[in-house]
Amino acid sequence: MSDHSETAVLADEPVPPPIEANEIAAEELEEGSSLWRDAWHRLKRNRLAVSSLFIFIFIALFCVVGPWLSPYDSQTQDLFLGAVGPSADHWFGTDTLGRDLMVRVMEGGRISLLVGLVATLVALLIGVMYGATAGYLGGKVDSAMMRFVDLLYALPFTIFVILLMVAFGRSLWLIFVAIGCIEWLTTARIVRSGVISLKKQEFVEAANSLGFSHMRIIVRHLIPNVLGPVIVVATLTVPAVMLLEAFLSFLGLGIQPPNASWGVLINEGQQNMEIFPWMLIFPAFFFALTLFCLNFLGDGLRDALDPKSAKD
Amino acid sequence: MALLEVSDLRTSFYTRGGVVRAVDGVSFTLDKGETLGIVGESGSGKSVTCYSLMKLIPEPPGRIESGTAIFDGQDLLRMSARDLRKVRGNRISMIFQDPMTSLNPYLRISTQLIEALRIHRDIDKKAALNKAIAALEEVGIPGASSRVHQYPHEFSGGMRQRVMIAMALITEPDLLIADEPTTALDVTVQAQILDIIKERQERLGTAVILVTHDLGVVAGTCDKVNVMYGGKLMESGTAEQVFYDPIHPYTRSLQKTIPSLQTKGADLYTIPGLPPDVSKPINGCAFYPRCPYPKVAQPEGERPQLVENGDGHCFADCRFCDSSAPIESVLPKHDAGDVDTAQDIREGEGAA
Repeated sequence: MSDHSETAVLADEPVPPPIEANEIAAEELEEGSSLWRDAWHRLKRNRLAVSSLFIFIFIALFCVVGPWLSPYDSQTQDLFLGAVGPSADHWFGTDTLGRDLMVRVMEGGRISLLVGLVATLVALLIGVMYGATAGYLGGKVDSAMMRFVDLLYALPFTIFVILLMVAFGRSLWLIFVAIGCIEWLTTARIVRSGVISLKKQEFVEAANSLGFSHMRIIVRHLIPNVLGPVIVVATLTVPAVMLLEAFLSFLGLGIQPPNASWGVLINEGQQNMEIFPWMLIFPAFFFALTLFCLNFLGDGLRDALDPKSAKD
Repeated sequence: MALLEVSDLRTSFYTRGGVVRAVDGVSFTLDKGETLGIVGESGSGKSVTCYSLMKLIPEPPGRIESGTAIFDGQDLLRMSARDLRKVRGNRISMIFQDPMTSLNPYLRISTQLIEALRIHRDIDKKAALNKAIAALEEVGIPGASSRVHQYPHEFSGGMRQRVMIAMALITEPDLLIADEPTTALDVTVQAQILDIIKERQERLGTAVILVTHDLGVVAGTCDKVNVMYGGKLMESGTAEQVFYDPIHPYTRSLQKTIPSLQTKGADLYTIPGLPPDVSKPINGCAFYPRCPYPKVAQPEGERPQLVENGDGHCFADCRFCDSSAPIESVLPKHDAGDVDTAQDIREGEGAA
């Protein structure tokens, strides 16, 4: 592309504009341009990412709407029934207390997805703003801010959570807070290092010379440039958060019976997997499928957010 | 009154290796519509001078020690950050050396052009877009109305520099600072870019500060020339005065390095040695170790002051060498194989 236009300059011939540019141009006049809209255009061409997105949406709907449609209740026990394998009555089988596993997987999914997405979102928001600010300001401010991050890193997670529980009592929101508090640290470090390498670039200087404010430079010019790695981190954070939640629940600090999350269900299933394998297989399948989808989606999103990766 | 009046500008960098006096007392004036060329070798302080004017010096380690830069009645160096932002990109714009990195790779050209305009002017999006397209057309980008929506990586180096020029001039500033705008471009494109700057300047009545180390460029485009060496002005005057009647030994040596002025077939003339290390105090004359003229005194004390020749032609009044002697007699012989350049450089380093 660039060679092509170079020769055109020399020959003083107009370059035939790529067709795609015209298409977008026409829409742009009405809607205005945005990084995310462009990214969506590019994402739509990535089949793997789009199918992942659809599967993910399907899983989410399954978990959110499913329990209302099911004739069973996730907490009603049927001790006479006990654990039975998948059947026409109970598609996923039942657990040792005779509860319908399908409803439990759905309701567990609600909590797992909620924790995974909300905690990740919170972690990203804090991490990106914190890291970008530290990296951009540099110097002593940067040092102070990053030492604080180190401090939090050094804090043992379990003790931190137990302290929170003691202080505020047990609640789902506390899990978000606790996990969010830990997970933003990595994001902050990645964003900071990205911003430090970017801020020396001339386009930042150019933005400065055009009279842009620091806030504007950080938000409009620097953060979009580091979104690629951030998205990758996010896709890795979601499973990490779900696993953390399972870990907390296992310790008795997270979700408590009779409520369930995928982590809790997998844990239960793993204890019974030799006798009642379906108790492990179904929650593990949904967990894995979700993580796969998020990974592919994240990968596609990272490519879509980088204008240079457009293969047209 | 002059548009820009810089006097006694001093900028230093406080590094671990010592205080680098990058700009050490530079003064000049610039009128509306005029072009000022600043020439000198790498590290002579040309870019730092410009960055200081825009207060784009990273602080720390940099610091503007003293001086004033009166732009249209206001001192740029003592303005609040908020006021300065209103001047930057609005009344003074800047073009950078490397067009490959001076555009944000993640934003469309249109977004970047419009952003500059909308920050400084009360203008709606559509009008701004039209203005951006017009600005691109004016710098000779074919198919501007569709190319405006492309990303920087879809443009070649020369095209990107055109975009930068369009971006810098879209607010019709009074002063354009071009920091080596053609260094990263190939020769054929260089000429086009300079023509575009010249053409836009004439149309808009913009004053231009052109930083370069290409003497041919200066001779062709500038009204006035400042020659810098080791953070100080060595000589200043009109382009004619400086190029056809250079007084200072450094300017004369520079003039001799222009390839087209040298005898065909002979080895190209280079100034032996390296530019001075400005982190160390300079005794007497910064150019002394490399000066090809017969030396008449040991360098000591203050660096020579600028004196005026009567017709606006200023030069550092050197008292350590005899610049009236013919230069050839003292030149190191440049026979092939006789003196290799590495040797020259090593000697120069030792001397500096």
